[in-house]
Amino acid sequence: MKNKFVKAIFTIAMGSALLISCKPKNSGDAVSGDAAQKAYVAPGKYDEFYNFVSGGFSGQLSVYGLPSGRLFRVIPVFSVDPEKGYGYNEETKPMLNTSHGFVPWDDLHHTEMSQTNGEVDGRWVFGNANNTPRIARIDLKTFTTKEIIELPNSAGNHSSPFITENTEYVVAGTRFSVPADNSNGDVPINTYKKNFKGHLSFVKVGKEGQMDIAFQIQCPGVNFDLSHAGKGKSHGWFFFSCYNTEQANTLLEVNASQKDKDFIMAVNWKKAEEYIKAGKGKLTPTKYAHNVYNESTHTATSEIKTQVLILDSKELKDICYMIPCPKSPHGCDVDPTGEYIVGSGKLAALIPVFSFDKLQNAIKNKQFEGEYDGIPVVKYEAALHGEVQKPGLGPLHTEFDGKGNAYTTFFVSSEVVKWDIKSLKVLDRVPTYYSVGHLCIPGGDSKKPFGKYLIAYNKITKDRYLPTGPELAQSAQIFDISGDKMQLILDFPTIGEPHYAQAAPADLIRNNGQLKFYKLDDNKHPFVTKGEKETKVVRNGKRVDVYMTCIRSHFSPDNIEGIKMGDEVYFHITNLEQDWDVPHGFAIKGASTAELLIMPGETSTLKWSPDRVGMFPFYCTDFCSALHQEMQGYLRVSPAGSNVPLTYSLGTNLPAPDQK
Amino acid sequence: MYKLSLFIAVGLLFVSCGKKEQSGDDFSKPTTEEATTKADPSSYDPNRGEGKFDKVDLGATLDQAMATEGEKVSGVKCTSCHKATDEKLVGPGWKGVTSRHQPQWIMNFITNPDPMINKDPKVQAQLEICLVRMPNQGLNDTEARNILEYMRKIDGVK
Repeated sequence: MKNKFVKAIFTIAMGSALLISCKPKNSGDAVSGDAAQKAYVAPGKYDEFYNFVSGGFSGQLSVYGLPSGRLFRVIPVFSVDPEKGYGYNEETKPMLNTSHGFVPWDDLHHTEMSQTNGEVDGRWVFGNANNTPRIARIDLKTFTTKEIIELPNSAGNHSSPFITENTEYVVAGTRFSVPADNSNGDVPINTYKKNFKGHLSFVKVGKEGQMDIAFQIQCPGVNFDLSHAGKGKSHGWFFFSCYNTEQANTLLEVNASQKDKDFIMAVNWKKAEEYIKAGKGKLTPTKYAHNVYNESTHTATSEIKTQVLILDSKELKDICYMIPCPKSPHGCDVDPTGEYIVGSGKLAALIPVFSFDKLQNAIKNKQFEGEYDGIPVVKYEAALHGEVQKPGLGPLHTEFDGKGNAYTTFFVSSEVVKWDIKSLKVLDRVPTYYSVGHLCIPGGDSKKPFGKYLIAYNKITKDRYLPTGPELAQSAQIFDISGDKMQLILDFPTIGEPHYAQAAPADLIRNNGQLKFYKLDDNKHPFVTKGEKETKVVRNGKRVDVYMTCIRSHFSPDNIEGIKMGDEVYFHITNLEQDWDVPHGFAIKGASTAELLIMPGETSTLKWSPDRVGMFPFYCTDFCSALHQEMQGYLRVSPAGSNVPLTYSLGTNLPAPDQK
Repeated sequence: MYKLSLFIAVGLLFVSCGKKEQSGDDFSKPTTEEATTKADPSSYDPNRGEGKFDKVDLGATLDQAMATEGEKVSGVKCTSCHKATDEKLVGPGWKGVTSRHQPQWIMNFITNPDPMINKDPKVQAQLEICLVRMPNQGLNDTEARNILEYMRKIDGVK
C-alpha cells in the first residue's frame, strides 16, 4: 500500500519533470527564454570562437567573438584604412600595388582559413579581392595582411580563396571570363563565345605561407562562381560551380538563365600536376603584382611578375569534367567525408547532391552525355547521389556540422534548412532576417566541424535595427545547433556586406604564438631609431628624413626647424615601447594621407609635404598615459630659400632670442 | 527497486531531452594564468620587491664591460625617460638609485614593473610625482643585470 502510493507519487513527479525539462524548443519564429544566456559572455570572459567575417565592399576583414557577437578588430586587407595608416604609410603602400598601379579599394568576398589534414590550424586566413583579382594572406599571429598576389587573365575573382586540405593550393576562378591578357582584348563584346576564356588559378602556398601562382587552367568562357576543394577520398580534386554556360554577354539575368542545367566543374589538380611535370604547360606572358610584407623590416615590397604557366582544358581531356547542375548554381560545397558535393542553383527548387564515388565510376565507364567546349560532360544521374526535394527557394550555400547534417541557406525564402546528407530528408528550418547569403559553422567546410554554432550572414535587415539613414546595418545571426532544432540566440551587425566567414576555436588562435610586441633588437627597418640618442633629422636635397622615437609620453625630437617649402619630409617613427598594447599614434596638421599607428617596437613612415609657411603641431593620436595629451611637438616651415638652419631638439627649452 | 527506477528515470531525462555533456574544452578560461601573483599583499617585501630575483651578487668592484653593455641597452629602452643625473625627466633620475634600493629590488622592478607599481609604497609615492607608470620594456635577465651595473657606475662604483 505504502509502496504503491510512493510509486504513484514518484511516477507523477517523474512524468511532470520529463514534461518540464522537455518543453518544446522554439519553433523558429521566436527567441526562447535562454537565448540571451547562450550568447552571453560575461565581462572579462573570453569567447569560445574567433569568427573571421569578410567585409564585402568595405574591403576589410572583421574579427568577431562567438557566441557574443562582439567585434574585436577590423583588419585592413584590400582597402586603405586611415585608422591604422594601412595603404597610407610608406611601409604598406606596396601592399596595394597591382599591374594597374596603386589600387586603394577592393571588394573582399570570401575568407578561408588554412588547414592541416583537413582541419583548421589557426595559422592564416585568406581573402579574395573580387574587383581587381587578388588573393591576400592574413597572419593570425599579428592579425595583419602579410601577402597579396594578383591574378592574371582574370576578372571578378569570385570562386576564391578556397583551399586544399593541407593548404597546398589556394584557388581562384574568374567570375567574368575575359580575353586572355596576352591576346587582343580590343574585340567586339559579342564575340564572347570565340574570344572570352575562363582561367582558374592554382596558387601554391609555402610552409611560411608564401604564395606563388603554380599554374592556371584555361577553360571555356563561362562565369565561375564558387568552389570547394575535395577532402579525404576526394583530396586531389576541386569543384567549381559555373553559370552562364549560355555564354551570354548582355542582360544576363535573362540570357544566362536559359538552360535548365548549368555545371559544376570537377578539376583533377593532381592530374594537372602530372601534366606540368610532363611539360604540358605553356609559359605565357602577362603581368601581375606580388606583394610581401617583411616582418623584420616592417616594410612591404612589390614585385611585378611577367609570365604564368597555363594548361589548356581543351587539350588535356582528363583534368576537367562537367557535372550538370540545376540551375545557375552558386554554392558548391563538399561534406566532411569528401564523398558528397552539394550544388545549389540560385534558381533551382531542389538541391542536387553528387557522389564522388559515382563521379569516379562515371568517368571510368565514360558515362558522358557529350562535351562542352572540349570538356567531357558526365551524365547527371550517373554522378547524382540524390536531390533534396522542395527544400525552399533559392538555395545558396551549405555547411556541415560533422554529425551527418547539412545546413543550406535560402536567399529567396530567407531561411536556413537543416537536412540529412544521406537520406536527403529535411529535418528543420528557421527563418532569417532577411535574404541570407553565406553561412558559417566553425570548421564547417573542413573535415572536422565544431557543430555548436551556425552563423547566417544576411543581406537585408529592414525593421531589425534602429534606422541609420537609407542604409541599415548589415547583419549576422547566431544559431545554437547543438540540439536537434536550430535555435536563434543573437543578431549582431557587421561591417560591409558579409559574404563568407570562417571560425575556429579561440585557443587555436590564441595559442599559436601571438605577437605581443615587435622586439626592438629584431627591428631591421632601414630607418629604425633604437633609442633617443639616435634620433636625428637628415636633409638630402629636398628630401628630409626625420628619425623620431616615441614612448610614453613624448616624441623625440619634439621641436624641428629648418623645414622649407618644397621639401618632402619623411617621418620614420619608432615606438620604443616593449609592452603589449601600447601603440602610439602620429598625426601632423595638413597631412594629406593619414595618421600612423605604430605598434610597440615597430617603425612606421609618414610622408608629408608642407603646403604653406608656418607652424605645424604634431601629436600622438592613441591614448597612452595620463600625460598622453602632452605627447606633442612643433615643426616650423620656412619659405623656400630661407636660411633657417635645420635643427631638432628635445627638452632644451631655450628661450627665443628676442625674449632674452 | 526504486533506486533502480530512479536511476533509469534520471537517465531517461537526459536521453529524452537530447542534452549532451559539455565537451571538456573550456575556452572561457585563459590557458596560461596571468603572471600576476595573488599573494597576500601583507607578504610583500619592500626590500626585495616582487619578481624572480631573491639575491643578486654584486662584485666588489665595477664590471666595466657589463656597465658598458648596460649603458647601450638603456640607451634604447630607458633613457627616453630617465637621466643619469638626479634630475627627473619622465621618471626619476638614476643618480643614487643603487643606494636607495637593494640590487634585487632594482632587478625585480625593471623586469616586472606592473605588480610592483601596484604594491610597493616607494613606487606608489613616485607614481604620484611622475604620473606615468613605468612601461615593461621586456628586458631579459642579462640586460637587466647589465643596466644595474651601469647604475652602479653612475653611483660612482669603481
